[in-house]
Amino acid sequence: MEPILAVKNLSMNFGGLRALDRLDLDVNQGEIVALIGPNGAGKTTFFNCITGIYTPTEGDILITPPRNSVQRINGLKPNTITELGMARTFQNIRLFPKMTVLENVMIGRHCRLSAGILGAVFQGKKVRKEEERAVTDSYAVLEKIGLAQFVNDLAMNLPYGAQRRLEIARALATEPFLLLLDEPAAGMNPQETQELNELIVRIRDTEKISILLIEHDMKLVMSLSDRIFVMDYGKKIAQGAPREIKSNPVVIKAYLGEEFHA
Amino acid sequence: MILSEEIKKSLLAAVWFMFLTFPIMVIRVNTVQNIVEWRWKNMLLVGIAGFFGSFLGRSFFRQKEKGEKKADPNTISVAALVQKITGNQRLSRLALAVIAGFVISFPFAFSLYQINIMISALIYVMLGLGLNIVVGLAGLLDLGYVAFYAVGAYAYALLNHHFGIGFWTALPIGAVIGAFFGILLGYPVLRLRGDYLAIVTMGFGEIIRLILENWNAFSRGPSGIAHIPRPALFGWEMSLEMSTKYIYFLMIGMVLFTIFVVNRLQHSRIGRAWIALREDEIACQAMGIDKAKTKLTAFALGATWAGMGGVIFAAKTTFINPASFTIWESVIILCIVVLGGMGSIVGVVSGALVLILLPEYLRAFSEYRMLVFGVILVVMMIFRPGGIIPDVRRTYQFRKEEH
Amino acid sequence: MSWDYFIELFLGGLTRGSIYALIALGYTMVYGIIELINFAHGEIYMIGAFTALIIASVLSLFGMHQLVVLVLAVVLAVVYACAYGFTVEKIAYKPLRKAPRLSVLISAIGMSLFLQNYVLLAQTSDFLPFPKLIPDFEFWEPYSHIISSQELTIIATTVVVMILLTFLIKFTTIGKAMRATAQDKIMAALVGIDVNHIISITFIVGSATAAIGGVLIASHIGQINFFIGFIAGIKAFVAAVLGGIGSIPGAVLGSLVLGWTESFFTGYISSDYEDVFAFLFLVFILIFRPAGILGRSQTQKV
Repeated sequence: MEPILAVKNLSMNFGGLRALDRLDLDVNQGEIVALIGPNGAGKTTFFNCITGIYTPTEGDILITPPRNSVQRINGLKPNTITELGMARTFQNIRLFPKMTVLENVMIGRHCRLSAGILGAVFQGKKVRKEEERAVTDSYAVLEKIGLAQFVNDLAMNLPYGAQRRLEIARALATEPFLLLLDEPAAGMNPQETQELNELIVRIRDTEKISILLIEHDMKLVMSLSDRIFVMDYGKKIAQGAPREIKSNPVVIKAYLGEEFHA
Repeated sequence: MILSEEIKKSLLAAVWFMFLTFPIMVIRVNTVQNIVEWRWKNMLLVGIAGFFGSFLGRSFFRQKEKGEKKADPNTISVAALVQKITGNQRLSRLALAVIAGFVISFPFAFSLYQINIMISALIYVMLGLGLNIVVGLAGLLDLGYVAFYAVGAYAYALLNHHFGIGFWTALPIGAVIGAFFGILLGYPVLRLRGDYLAIVTMGFGEIIRLILENWNAFSRGPSGIAHIPRPALFGWEMSLEMSTKYIYFLMIGMVLFTIFVVNRLQHSRIGRAWIALREDEIACQAMGIDKAKTKLTAFALGATWAGMGGVIFAAKTTFINPASFTIWESVIILCIVVLGGMGSIVGVVSGALVLILLPEYLRAFSEYRMLVFGVILVVMMIFRPGGIIPDVRRTYQFRKEEH
Repeated sequence: MSWDYFIELFLGGLTRGSIYALIALGYTMVYGIIELINFAHGEIYMIGAFTALIIASVLSLFGMHQLVVLVLAVVLAVVYACAYGFTVEKIAYKPLRKAPRLSVLISAIGMSLFLQNYVLLAQTSDFLPFPKLIPDFEFWEPYSHIISSQELTIIATTVVVMILLTFLIKFTTIGKAMRATAQDKIMAALVGIDVNHIISITFIVGSATAAIGGVLIASHIGQINFFIGFIAGIKAFVAAVLGGIGSIPGAVLGSLVLGWTESFFTGYISSDYEDVFAFLFLVFILIFRPAGILGRSQTQKV
């Protein structure tokens, strides 16, 4: 079976700086894959490339959405990629601060709705139905993620951990087949991290969504991931199951000087 | 202790402002007769104003910084009052009835002059609501909004002059041409960041004005176009008074129509996309919203209203020239949106009425109008970026589901 | 289309470009450091010119020597422009450091509107004749048919200001601190740079060059009013963007390019649409090369 995401030979140059150097990576249906590496290794750049925020210099990004054929997505606009079924979160939280929690999630529904200007003005039966559905669907997502109690609060007033989870909820609302999480546990305490761990597994198991995540919390990475890719200086230096990665001397060397408690 | 420190700081500020304004406020040279006029009184005034301004400004700013950490529940704000009224069904019905009564009886109770002022104010309400789509909702700082207003006005004037097209035909044409120009301007600036956008739109507004001023064969240049017919009503001959009242009710109708449309848009899929775009462009795109399309619809819709406003303006004044469409008009409309509350319909309506009617009735101060507008823009941004009546997001009620 | 005419237009463009450069520097420096288009910058230039006019008129009436008048007028114009630049930043921009960009921009527009009307109300809305501060040099007499003493002064002053500025930014501690702040405000603060202080200095330096430009152009054209800052400000901004905003050599280059193209356009094609042309120019640059001639294209950080 085709991997749902296959990145081949991906490179990204910023002027003279090579941020990504011939990177290969793949994610299979139903997998939780982690991308790790020291700070500045190019992990977020990698995310930005595959989600259309940057256009990579070289290489191929191929996706195979369920019930669809292989498609090359280099250089597509971010919104098109989200529409195709890859949704992401951001390392530094990027919610819509002055919108309510529900509205934040409803923005995620945007690309699955169709009402236009005329529809919005005349509010025919179809548009009203669609809008009601959007509200109930979004609320359902919030319940799943455990944010229903905040539904009408402004996103900016949410506690930190809840903001991180709202980012996930918003991404889920776009109905992705692959969810990209950029350091979802950053700044969380151990209990919140544990809850996040359970949430991610639940998303994979019940929603049938595959997950690719960047994370620094090694405990979380080791317990969650089916496979791990390790990057350093824009290159892939290792890949494999958590146990292999843990004992891989190259990885340990790359992390030398950094915290690495597995 | 703190108070004396504050007074010292304020005194210092007062001295600084006295120094700062010395050449411009105190000295005036009459270059014809070669006399220097020394206006020491101004220096005293600046000193006093500087002292209190600095004192109050700093204490407000401290309050605001504190307030950001903990919202003060005791503040009585206009916004809370409005919310209370709109929240309570009986109160809101009563308020609506009072407003409706006033609106209907206005042209019969007041003079022609007053009605004319009110019509101008209503045109600004419409323009404010239109610009609110672009600036307030989508967060795109458009300083060339007046260009679309000019386009609408000239569209009616010229179409009428050359082809004898009437007001009611020109109104939708003005809307369409406005939208077309909105897209025309919107398209090239799609990729620009906010601040560049402001300057480019400002440039665009000036281009349109300069073309109207210089292209005599097309627009008759600075002398403008006269004898533009007022709106017709089934071909009746109307006296000036009748016709003015007619335009008044027409404007009321247009404002209600605008409020209706903007209100529906604001809480729709498109409206949410605009707000998301304003809040965070990158996240907005990453959530599957087409940035280009969303920006263009905002520009086009905003311009549609300016185009219609222009047609009505031309029909009301029966004479237009480029001098009515300077950058200042754009800034006034921006000021309306900012003062009222970006994204808030009630806010923009009240902002327009306050900013347009007040200077008309305080004639003595009308020369200070633009100065005050400048102050309003700065002060609002620092102390109340949400405006006097900030936008309130819609809330939803859900039943707790049993598990 | 004679050769002389071409030379005339070329030098005219050079003079224009020099003035634009003096104003554009302020935009580009402020932009480089706080990423804000200082809408009130054109007004600082206007206030500089007004101060010079007022001081010069008063001193002339007292019967002072022309050279003393010139020096005092220029010095005070620069001092006051700096004071205004400093104050504008403290009032309208500093409280909004953490606010969304839109807020700061609106505040800047408000400031610009305020300053224009402040001068309008306190002085006059009419055009005032500006005294001829720069004398005709005798030694230049033989060449004055090619380029007047005033134009020569404008060009020479611009060159001197550029050299001083380059020195300031490249070789002094303040310059180093400015460059550091422009790159990363937080890091600059961490290594002990007083960021607010540096931002103030940037505004002051930018205002000073704008004031010099204001005095020179006013003396050259011979009249000013409260509105001169608007068009000059926009054009200088166009020049700054053309050269690549944030880049100082870029601002100079952009200004010269704009000065020449404008000069040739009005000389050979039409003078009716001079300002339209500058705006169209801006729109085209922003569409086709938003980073400008010398600017690097920025990738937004995510």
